[in-house]
Amino acid sequence: MQKLMTWIDERFPLTKVWKEHLAEYYAPKNFNFWYYFGSLALLVLVMQIATGIFLTMHYKPDTELAFASVEYIMRDVDWGWLIRYMHSTGASFFFVVVYLHMFRGLLYGSYRGPRELVWIIGMVIFVALMAEAFMGYLLPWGNMSYWGAQVIISLFDAIPVVGPVLSEWIRGDFVVTDATLNRFFAFHVIAIPLILAALVFVHIVALHKVGSNNPDGVEIKKKKGPNGIPLDGIPFHPYYTVKDIVGVTVFLMLFAAVIFFAPELGGWFLEPDNFTPANILQTPQEIVPLWYFTPFYSILRANVYNFFWIDAKIWGVIFMGLSIVVFFLLPWLDRSPVKSIRYRGVLYKTALAIFVVSFVILGFLGTKSPEIVSLFWFKNVYWVQAFTVLYFAFFFLMPIYTKLDKTKPVPERVTWK
Amino acid sequence: MSEEGVNPRRRRLLAITSGLGVVGTVYALTPFVLSMMPSARAKASGAPVEVDISKLEAGQLLTVEWRGKPVWILRRTPEMLKSLSAVEKLLADPESAVTDQQPEYAKNEARSIKPEVLVLVGICTHLGCSPDKRLDAGVASGLGEDWKGGFFCPCHGSKFDLAGRVFKNVPAPTNLVVPPHAYISDTRIIIGADQKGAA
Repeated sequence: MQKLMTWIDERFPLTKVWKEHLAEYYAPKNFNFWYYFGSLALLVLVMQIATGIFLTMHYKPDTELAFASVEYIMRDVDWGWLIRYMHSTGASFFFVVVYLHMFRGLLYGSYRGPRELVWIIGMVIFVALMAEAFMGYLLPWGNMSYWGAQVIISLFDAIPVVGPVLSEWIRGDFVVTDATLNRFFAFHVIAIPLILAALVFVHIVALHKVGSNNPDGVEIKKKKGPNGIPLDGIPFHPYYTVKDIVGVTVFLMLFAAVIFFAPELGGWFLEPDNFTPANILQTPQEIVPLWYFTPFYSILRANVYNFFWIDAKIWGVIFMGLSIVVFFLLPWLDRSPVKSIRYRGVLYKTALAIFVVSFVILGFLGTKSPEIVSLFWFKNVYWVQAFTVLYFAFFFLMPIYTKLDKTKPVPERVTWK
Repeated sequence: MSEEGVNPRRRRLLAITSGLGVVGTVYALTPFVLSMMPSARAKASGAPVEVDISKLEAGQLLTVEWRGKPVWILRRTPEMLKSLSAVEKLLADPESAVTDQQPEYAKNEARSIKPEVLVLVGICTHLGCSPDKRLDAGVASGLGEDWKGGFFCPCHGSKFDLAGRVFKNVPAPTNLVVPPHAYISDTRIIIGADQKGAA
């Protein structure tokens, strides 16, 4: 065995990689609950790829056959229902896990220097994941698939001059057709998964270069023992591999419960309108994306006024784009001397709470018709506008309130009981 | 960077070669990018559609498919036509000034060749949903008692009157599109062609 390892190590740095990234990768010893979601995101990615491979064995990317081939998987393929529900539920769980993973970054300032690139690569992964989910949603060729794609591709029409040509280029036709379905299939099963896998690799390489942040937001590399190992660091393997296995077990129990007892989750994971085949003459009563896109969808339709000679439609697209782009700027918007919420003052805590509430409410209102009167005699669209303002205020006022905020002194080393 | 031991001639040749390499790469990518444009078959499948409207009663709306899009044919009642001038002040473009949205012969208040027969592409000019037909006026439409009849897009809340003209302060920027169309006889119309020929 030892001989074999030597033979390999002379040709491939196997032991070196193992040590650098697992056995001798020193992670802070005070990780808590919020640190499960990185490894869980990786688990879901692997599950999506594995189930996806088996789905492509039966699925047909053809407008005449697509809808029926999904039903064929559900009814006639042995265990097809399980693989399909794992994939469709996995998509929603992917976003649950990724949103919690991102929220952890907001809580403990994980996006702050020296981890700006870890954050930015992570945000690129998030954008790629949104593209992956959007394209995957067209494949069953249900009515919501069709009209959802129609609406989102039309967003590109709003771009001045090149817009119409660009949207024709994306669709490969003048409306969403077979050409669109076929190329979305290609992007969904090969192009974007390859990009995602590469980005995840780079995300982890960047993380292991700078080292993990922790709930106290202190740099463990600043206090090293005589052996050069951070005093507050413990080897990732076996300590955190074992911890993550506990997380995986609990996660899979929840995941299995949804798959077995509520795979559609009352229309939140699979929409009722998508159980009828695409009908190009009939828009569903309400076109609603799946829950993970609804906060951004709300921001898209918040804008109904023409400002500065620019159409409301283009403003909507600009604001929706901006609502994602601002996340990339977080490392430079935050001027606080401390990273972790534990040592931040009341201003940041309030701002973060308002942001989370706005994000959730925008998400909820994104599933409702904009014209309906909801609370206090205000139409939904006015509520959406109000919370869109709060959403952006969190980012654009951040340089001010993080500077004014009264922070607490940060300890020299991590706190851990 | 140290310039010591750098051969300027080799440096220059390297720059030229790299530049040419970039040009070559762009050329090589072009076929792949262009392969995603609408194919010859997609371009050819836009033939005009003939529709018999003899059975269309006043107040009825017929939906047909043209170039993969829903096209509405609505025979308007006199009350519906009267509503057009009533809502004029609430509209963003009552005169149909945006020329791309209708052929020249439909640039009038009713946006049609014959006042009662309206032909519209049933795709919202905002983001391409197909609006709901809320033809009846008043509370029954679900849009309040001031509603005079028209179209309401459920996706983003855009509103249009019974000539497909867009209301102010909704996301849709322009009126609904009137496709090129013509009368072959009193009861047959062709969609996708002008009186002169195919669009």
